[in-house]
Amino acid sequence: MSVGLEHGIVSPPGNRDATEFQNIDGRAGVSVRGGMLAKKSDKGLAKQLGGAGMLLKLNLLSNPEALSLVRATVERAAEVLQFPDDEARAIVRSVDEALANVMRHAYGGRPGLPIEVFCKKLKAGGAKGSEAGLEIVLQDEGPAQDPATFKSRPLDDIRPGGLGLHFIQQSMDVVEFSRKKGKNQLRLVKYLSPAVRQSGSQGE
Amino acid sequence: MQIAARPATGGTILDITGDIDLAHSPAVRKALLQEIREKKTPKVYLNLEKVRYIDSSGIASLVEGLKASRDQGSRLILYGLSKSVREVMELSRLQKIFEIHESEAQALGT
Repeated sequence: MSVGLEHGIVSPPGNRDATEFQNIDGRAGVSVRGGMLAKKSDKGLAKQLGGAGMLLKLNLLSNPEALSLVRATVERAAEVLQFPDDEARAIVRSVDEALANVMRHAYGGRPGLPIEVFCKKLKAGGAKGSEAGLEIVLQDEGPAQDPATFKSRPLDDIRPGGLGLHFIQQSMDVVEFSRKKGKNQLRLVKYLSPAVRQSGSQGE
Repeated sequence: MQIAARPATGGTILDITGDIDLAHSPAVRKALLQEIREKKTPKVYLNLEKVRYIDSSGIASLVEGLKASRDQGSRLILYGLSKSVREVMELSRLQKIFEIHESEAQALGT
């Protein structure tokens, strides 16, 4: 399966009922239009995240079949930002697990409910003194979740389940959960290592 | 994702092709439990050579299969793990819990 990502525009393959991909600023790049889709944009969160560096916004529905499309897209985004292969896989794994958690827990396995994914490129020394990397925010409209109840099982306890959050925490540099304007938000950040930043800047 | 079964020495090989994620892990769980509990296959080999990705729900299906095989006194044997699948096994600290081999030849030789 191939997914193109150029100039912030995503061109996904099939599965048009499940997923809509669009640029955050809405100027261009709405490549697929499906049937029951979530809101076309969320300018509030877009503004909150800051327009500069925004790579893409994905509107998808709580259909597990959409996960493979999101993985392909996020993997390509991580490659474009020059994350090493192992770190790109870690980012993909985290986003996939987080989306699966939304589908299973926030939405209780009900299909057709909206999830938004925002991907933003972080530049070193930005307005907030940030490091270079990738920021991903997932937003759902499920009931308020209590972060205190988010627990991984002890790894020594060999039984099915309870590993998703562990994967996310092991893979990302920042994992933040919040509730804003009636929506659950999960913010994930992965920073580029200094060596990667150096080689990336030399090529620009 | 596709699952195909073929006979092997003392058991059955399940060839998995595709990603084992939230959408497809139930099918893996069903196939494993069918072999282990219903057919009482003494050795179930899981060929993961063509699995590029597995998530925590997929790992949960494998753990359930492992527990079922222990209950039955049978064996669940994994082989052909990609780098991505191996990473997830290590993150879960399950690489020493499962019986894992590099290749089909090595797995069948056990």
